[in-house]
Amino acid sequence: METLFACCIGFLTACGVFLMLRGRTFPVVVGLTMLSYAVNLFIFASGRLNLRGAVVLGTSDNYADPLPQALVLTAIVIGFAMTAFLVILAIRARADLGSDHVDGKLPGQKHAKREPRQ
Amino acid sequence: MILAWILLLPLLGTLVPLLAANWRRSACALATAIPPAIALMLLLYHGSAVFAGETLRYTLGWIPLLGLDISIRLDGLAFLFSLLILGIGLLIILYARYYLSEQDSMPRFYAYLMLFMTAMMGIVLSNNVLQLWMFWELTSISSFLLISFWWHKSEARRGARMALAITGAGGLCLLAALLLLGQITGSYDLDVILASGAVIREHGWYPLVLVLFLLGCFTKSAQFPFHFWLPNAMAAPTPVSAYLHSATMVKAGIFLLARFYPAMAGTDLWFLLVSITGLTTLLVGAYLALFKHDLKGLLAYSTISHLGLITLLFGMGTDLAAVAGVFHIINHATFKASLFMAAGIIDHESGSRDMRKLNGLWHFMPITATLAMVAAAAMAGVPLLNGFLSKEMFFAETLHQHLLGSLSWIIPVLATIAAIFSVAYSMRFIHDVFFNGKPKGLTKTPHEPPRYMRMPVEVLVVLCILVGVAPGYVIGDLLQAASFSVLGGTVPEYSLAIWHGFNLPLLMSVVALAAGSLIYINRKHLFDFQNTLPGVDALTAFEQLMAALAKRCQQFYNWLDNGSLQRYMVFVLLAIIVLAGAPLLELDTLFGGRPELPVDAVNATGAAMLLISAFATVVFHRQRVVALLMISVVGLMVSIAFTRFSAPDLALTQLSVEVVTIILLMLALFFLPHKTPKQSSPTRVLRDIGLASMVGVVIGSISYAIMTRPFNTISDYFLANAKTGGGGTNVVNVILVDFRGFDTMGEIAVLGIAALGIFKLLTRIPVFKPSSDGEGRPWARERHPLLLATVAQSILPMALMVSVFIFFRGHNLPGGGFIAGLITAVAIILLYISQGVDWVKARMNIEYQRVVAIGLLIALLTGLASLLFNRPFLTSWFDYFKLPLFGEIELASAIAFDLGVYITVVGATLLILASLGKMTTSHRPTHQEPT
Repeated sequence: METLFACCIGFLTACGVFLMLRGRTFPVVVGLTMLSYAVNLFIFASGRLNLRGAVVLGTSDNYADPLPQALVLTAIVIGFAMTAFLVILAIRARADLGSDHVDGKLPGQKHAKREPRQ
Repeated sequence: MILAWILLLPLLGTLVPLLAANWRRSACALATAIPPAIALMLLLYHGSAVFAGETLRYTLGWIPLLGLDISIRLDGLAFLFSLLILGIGLLIILYARYYLSEQDSMPRFYAYLMLFMTAMMGIVLSNNVLQLWMFWELTSISSFLLISFWWHKSEARRGARMALAITGAGGLCLLAALLLLGQITGSYDLDVILASGAVIREHGWYPLVLVLFLLGCFTKSAQFPFHFWLPNAMAAPTPVSAYLHSATMVKAGIFLLARFYPAMAGTDLWFLLVSITGLTTLLVGAYLALFKHDLKGLLAYSTISHLGLITLLFGMGTDLAAVAGVFHIINHATFKASLFMAAGIIDHESGSRDMRKLNGLWHFMPITATLAMVAAAAMAGVPLLNGFLSKEMFFAETLHQHLLGSLSWIIPVLATIAAIFSVAYSMRFIHDVFFNGKPKGLTKTPHEPPRYMRMPVEVLVVLCILVGVAPGYVIGDLLQAASFSVLGGTVPEYSLAIWHGFNLPLLMSVVALAAGSLIYINRKHLFDFQNTLPGVDALTAFEQLMAALAKRCQQFYNWLDNGSLQRYMVFVLLAIIVLAGAPLLELDTLFGGRPELPVDAVNATGAAMLLISAFATVVFHRQRVVALLMISVVGLMVSIAFTRFSAPDLALTQLSVEVVTIILLMLALFFLPHKTPKQSSPTRVLRDIGLASMVGVVIGSISYAIMTRPFNTISDYFLANAKTGGGGTNVVNVILVDFRGFDTMGEIAVLGIAALGIFKLLTRIPVFKPSSDGEGRPWARERHPLLLATVAQSILPMALMVSVFIFFRGHNLPGGGFIAGLITAVAIILLYISQGVDWVKARMNIEYQRVVAIGLLIALLTGLASLLFNRPFLTSWFDYFKLPLFGEIELASAIAFDLGVYITVVGATLLILASLGKMTTSHRPTHQEPT
């Protein structure tokens, strides 16, 4: 099971990284979301895999490690905030710069097109 | 503590002139002089102890774990230098009062001067080498400010820049040397380093440390080939030249040589580097000084030459030479400072420093002329003056060394040649300026300076004579104490008498005086010869070099930082691969011995779906809506994985975040293109696949290595104390709101900040409203489908009820503030989607910024409440009560904290989505023709 789990983490990371290397903002945001799945699973797995563990006291003798779970729980929420911030930044950048390329301009273009702000 | 005041007073003194800025000039000068005067008295108060051979220390702990203390050490050498710095500093304050004109900002000048004084005192009094280095850099900076005091002059700015660049670069070398010394000896304490001389000299790093150390010393003390900054620093006001560039700052390098003499000296390498540098500097400086027409230029090169002499003495490696070096430090400071001040008086009262114009000033300013002539004679080494004594000792030492084997006789010969030139330029200073006909083309008639402007010169010249006539009485104890600390305890026998009988050093002196006079008389031929040599302007050459260097750096920088974020990403990822991959290479096996769990069909199916949907996201990433659908499957699979592996809280959170994220990204697609144009070249794609696979392999391997290793978790503590200490059975929730409540506090703060940032980013955004989707189809006319609206409205109360339930059971069963908040947010968003912003706004007009703030405040106040009970921030409290009808219930302060979390999550999520949604719905151009 651990092998499969590690493979999933590795593959998610690779997909996320590949998307983050794209030039347009939207695939980068998607890639980042994918990478945060991988990171969450990674941190979660550091508490070791446990198929029928309990997190509520008194329900079983076999407890799953609660600490990585608490860390990941907040990480998921913060990850959402970060994704949201990034995507809004991308929208704002497109509105201001006229391009959704991460560099603010197309490769080879000298300067980004700047429209006068009201 | 009194020791600390010696250092603190000049520091406080930097403020005095600024506070006294509006006073009369004399009052301002007097006020400025008070702190250093007190410091000088405190210093003299310690004199008897220091002369008795004691080393006084004062330490104030700062970061003891890192070995960083603020620590002060006063021994003979430090005492000598402190005396020079404070004593001459006071004279300079008096002198500058008359030197500076009405237009110059006197408070600013005094403030810089006191800052410099503090820095110098810091260098000589530090007992910690890092502290010493900090003050060392401070001298470079304050010297920069002082040289560029007349910043309207281009030469002042250029000279200051050059001095800063050279001494600053040297300072970095010195830092490296001191850090290495700290590594070798295991301490940054000066006492320890001085006591471990043998260890340092034996160490393999010694050559490197020595070279770096000497680079620091030589740049500061203007040793060849770094000497050229000093003549260019003469653009500074003359008090600065007299103080920094003759008496104190340029001696800092020499001071360091003397200070670390017990730790570093005594090897062949030391001798070779230090003495050859000193000898070269001595000769080059003495020779070039003769040809300078500028009074201060002559003095600057003469200073370089004398610094070379002192360096040579320390390089010879004999005890007597070190004593002579210390002696010459004192003598040079007195006669050179007085000469600079005399030059400043001449400049001030006649309007020129050019020796081709200045002639016959004896008739105009006889007293100043006499003083300058005595000081210049001391510089030339005329008997009965202090310069003669140390020069005699220097000659004697050059005769007693055998360092060059059978060629050792060269050193005394070269020393004599340097002395000849020294006599020649001293004669030029006297004869050319005060005699030799009448002044030519001066703008004003020279006259004597004000009485008190001359006084500092008088004091120093009297000292020159006193030391020269009765050295034993005047300077004996001080020299003894300083030499004692340089040599680390054993001072050789030496005699300070004026007359040692007819011997070789005396002959060398006589030869120097005679030949020097001869050269000066026949100087015309030498000048003619010198004029045929190609001149090198050090300043221009240096600036060209710097410009070339800056251009190269700029090119490199432009190549590295070309503005492409895509490119930086690659660098960061490469760094990750190297940093995270390298430790894996040292691991013998990836498998850590912990038996693997068996794979069952459900998990295998889930994993397969995860992999396929992730792959599909990548493949379809240019069709953005498809990619979005695919990634939502990935998120779903991740939350299922959490359920399978015993993390119900995570599964709930992931599921609700998933919903919110997908809605967010759908909304975002309204403003962004729906398709990604094909832009990456095949090679780029291949490179990215390679890079991504490498990162994936590294991360996956690390994860596998972790999972298969047995572990020891600190969670046992949480499991044991969740019920008894936190009052809840859901350990994850208790960790969030109780054990690690402070972290959660920070996390919801981040959430709130992100939401507010988004709110701010979306205000006044340039309006961009597409009227059709990516394919050119117009938006649907029916904005709010009736069925959806009805369902959403009826679901809302139910969803709210669920979220309340989830919230309350959270302390004991899966649930809690985060999850409940997300569920509430999703329910309200559904309302937004089905009815539109305007409809919701009419019924529920809430500013979500306030909601976020209220949530954070509740969490914060809950934490603060524990302070009322004298407990640390966020200490939780709980108890059980019996209520009729309900039975036993638990009340815990953690519930209030969780409420804060809940409200913040609701507010932040809605703030994000509603701000974005508002822009899409209110003015959507549904009825326009597609463009």
